[in-house]
Amino acid sequence: MSDNKTETGHNKSPFHSDRANDWCAGCGDFGILHSLEKTLTTMERHPDQVAVFGGIGCSGKTPYYLASYGIHTLHGRVLPFATGAKLANPALTVIAVGGDGDGLSIGAGHLVNAGRRNVDLTYIIFDNGVYGLTKGQASPTLHHGEQTKAMTTPSMLEHINPQMLALAAGFTWIGRGYAYDVDQLCDLMEQAIRHPGSALLTVLQPCPTYNQLHDKDWYAGKDLDNSTGRLYSLQDEGYNPLVPADAGQALLDEKMLQCLGVAQQWNTRIPTGVFFQDLSKPHLLDPIAQCHPGYAIATPAQQPVCDEQGRPLACLDTHFEALSVRASNAKRWR
Amino acid sequence: MKQEYEEFAWRIGGPQGSGIDRLANVFGRALASCGLKVFGHREYHSNILGRHSYFDFCISTEPSYSHRETADFLVTFDAESLCRHLPAVADDGHVLFATADADVPLDTLAFLDMHFKQDLIATLTQSGQPPTIAGMLEQARHRGVQLVPIPYAEILAALAHECKLSRHHAGRAINTLAVAASSALLGLSDELLITELKNVFGNDPNILDLNTGAAARAYDFVAEHHGAAASRTWLHEQREVRETLFINGSQSVALGKLAAGMAFQTYYPISPASDESLFLESQNPVPLRHGGHAAPLVLQVEDELAAAGMACGAALTGARSATSTSGPGFCLMTESLGWAGMNEVPLVVSLYQRGGPSTGMPTRTEQGDLQFAIHAGHGEFPRLVLASGDVEDCFYDSMQAFNYAERYQLPVIHMLDKALASTSQTLPRLHYEDKHIDRGEIFTSNDSQATPVARFALTASGISPRPLLGQDNAQHWLSGAEHDTYGQVSEDPVLREHMMEKRMHKLQQILDDLSDEEKFCVYGNKTAQFTIITWGSTKGAVWDAVKRMAQQGIEVRAIQLRLLWPFPAAELATLLADAAPLVIAECNYSGQLNALLREHIGRSADHLLLKYSGRPMTGDALFAALQSIQAGNGLPRRVLHNPNE
Repeated sequence: MSDNKTETGHNKSPFHSDRANDWCAGCGDFGILHSLEKTLTTMERHPDQVAVFGGIGCSGKTPYYLASYGIHTLHGRVLPFATGAKLANPALTVIAVGGDGDGLSIGAGHLVNAGRRNVDLTYIIFDNGVYGLTKGQASPTLHHGEQTKAMTTPSMLEHINPQMLALAAGFTWIGRGYAYDVDQLCDLMEQAIRHPGSALLTVLQPCPTYNQLHDKDWYAGKDLDNSTGRLYSLQDEGYNPLVPADAGQALLDEKMLQCLGVAQQWNTRIPTGVFFQDLSKPHLLDPIAQCHPGYAIATPAQQPVCDEQGRPLACLDTHFEALSVRASNAKRWR
Repeated sequence: MKQEYEEFAWRIGGPQGSGIDRLANVFGRALASCGLKVFGHREYHSNILGRHSYFDFCISTEPSYSHRETADFLVTFDAESLCRHLPAVADDGHVLFATADADVPLDTLAFLDMHFKQDLIATLTQSGQPPTIAGMLEQARHRGVQLVPIPYAEILAALAHECKLSRHHAGRAINTLAVAASSALLGLSDELLITELKNVFGNDPNILDLNTGAAARAYDFVAEHHGAAASRTWLHEQREVRETLFINGSQSVALGKLAAGMAFQTYYPISPASDESLFLESQNPVPLRHGGHAAPLVLQVEDELAAAGMACGAALTGARSATSTSGPGFCLMTESLGWAGMNEVPLVVSLYQRGGPSTGMPTRTEQGDLQFAIHAGHGEFPRLVLASGDVEDCFYDSMQAFNYAERYQLPVIHMLDKALASTSQTLPRLHYEDKHIDRGEIFTSNDSQATPVARFALTASGISPRPLLGQDNAQHWLSGAEHDTYGQVSEDPVLREHMMEKRMHKLQQILDDLSDEEKFCVYGNKTAQFTIITWGSTKGAVWDAVKRMAQQGIEVRAIQLRLLWPFPAAELATLLADAAPLVIAECNYSGQLNALLREHIGRSADHLLLKYSGRPMTGDALFAALQSIQAGNGLPRRVLHNPNE
């Protein structure tokens, strides 16, 4: 039992990994990692049921620090890898993580198409406005005119709004958390994981090394007159993101417009919480199972391939029959 | 006296969208039902409607492995097809054409390539003929070609009236009318053709009625005006063949994958690869021998970056996974290919080569990606590259590709090309029932063991038992970064060396394990010094050429290289020790196999035969080239041309 206890006597999470972590001290990634470990533990998932896929960058290393199936993939390609695994083995809880450059720049095409597919997986974007691991270049969520430490000029480009993009792409769960608000983040992670379609959770994550503009103090609103900080919870203010399963087009339109409205808030009041949740759309596994009844019985991961002697199990008689020509009994030549 | 081996070249041309492909399939099946062997080859433009396409059949008593440069029988119903192919009709050949096309001036044919048009006009002018189709026909008639004008418009008008259809609607049966007219001239029974029309158009009674109506009128017309004028008696003397496949390369690859138990395939639409994926989609579900069905998932995804990544993700769960693409798509897949090499993922990539570089010639063939497939991706990682030579190989190789991928835990690139994809031919039933399936070493979980599992445990063979995502008690990590045995990122210099050696050792292991038959195939006279080596779809032309050399009393040994990477250098060095002359035939500009041979065994071809016009080699052209080599007129590098293709 002692193996499962920490020094302070708390139960160790089955998702806890003792691997040395090389993130910078004070990095927002720690809050996200901790929340993810805690959420999976609270949800009583088993490490053998959870696959965490990482992109490339500091955030992409997250899988190393969790005792689950951890797959460190390619820059921008985390969603295809995660989607392939989920479709082949739908029993897996699949979580993809990556930075805002990974998801919104080099991987933007996959983000859009993952939304459109509405496959049951959770995509967590660590949003810090910079490419940290390559020493602080501007990333797609950095706003026009902002200049972080490593930049020689202010950003000349407009930023990408991940919530608006996700809505347009078809993500059916869209939320935002803050790396240092672990309680809210755990709640959001659990909702995102439980949501039966594609979920995008953006986490505002200060990069203490390269992004001096959006640090803890900035999010805390220390530069502002009010003392409540920049961040507020949509749900605390009674915002209802839900499009129920039986909703009509009018309600869907209303909720999408509502989402677009809050998604544009920034600067002095930054919303967190659930922006949008749509239960009215089918997710890809439903039409797949409908078109291929066999899929529900044996998913690709379980598909029988050969018998114990290694002989193929597929029986292609009808397939060959369709391409076969039988010798004609008719008179062949005139 | 009856020859031992007889063959007949039939060609049909027409605008894309006019159903050339479909009717060629009907005709091929009808011939197959008579016990004839058919080798079909299709050429088409990257275009939806209107550009020229054509289909060649080599019809024979014994299997033929390539199409012919000439046509004994040309079937057309538009001026452009007639114009393009009339020069290729044999002197004693027949040509069917639309009566109305005769007066078309050549310079009104907008899609005729300028150099081709100018050459034709110059030839006609020299021989005193007008620069029209009529002039070309007259020229052809002079050299013995039998002209068979068909009044398509009149026949179709009568058909429209009879079927109470618009002329436009009835006009869609022009392909059937043309094919049926040629069948009638050959003396093929209309009943056989109608049986196959039913097979192909059976789902829609209106379309079937129109097409059988067109066939009947074609037979009536020919009976009245020509009789079975072009009939050849040997066609009539076929032995009984109970059942024959009429199958193309894409279908063969797809069925091989299903036999292998493939459970997951991704693709992004691209010519010429996507035909295979579309066919696979239509083949679901797959019955299983002991009951139940498998439901392989075939997914169209956003791009080839995703296609390769998703197939990797699925492979990690234990699903036999593949992706299918052509050159431009394969370029995008290279990053995931490296990831698969690094993470020892059994990923099968079916690579249908086409004319490159860049967009190149999407619907034409080339063997231009050999060096690319061998080297694709940055850094060094093991991969296995195998190349199919014909439609039969396509089936067995695609089945075997999964065994290699899982046994050696690496990406396998199965090289194909447009020529194979669009070859339709008769084949005996393919047998997969007793083929062995090798799933490689899969990690066996044990409840008491400690996790995580060392996914990349160092072993003597370099193969670590593979845990699967979702497998009980098998938690593990994977990483595209250099990693330790647990899949955790590591930049330790000693570990790096061990991991490189572990992965790269697989190449030697493959060479040690695979039989000679898996590496190459020898045909013709195995003891002859005169040796020709090839790879991929050029095999068929080489086989045909070598067969014809033997008929001339010249013994030639032909070698088809099947395993291209790891390169079987030692075996080839032994095999080629006394080869003289050494000839290499491949469809690319630089002689990529030749370069590999020079690099790995220090020997290169005495005569390099190349073709890079985007069309496959033929037995005819290779035979002529081998004859000139035999006669002492061989060149170090010779390019095979045919302006009429």
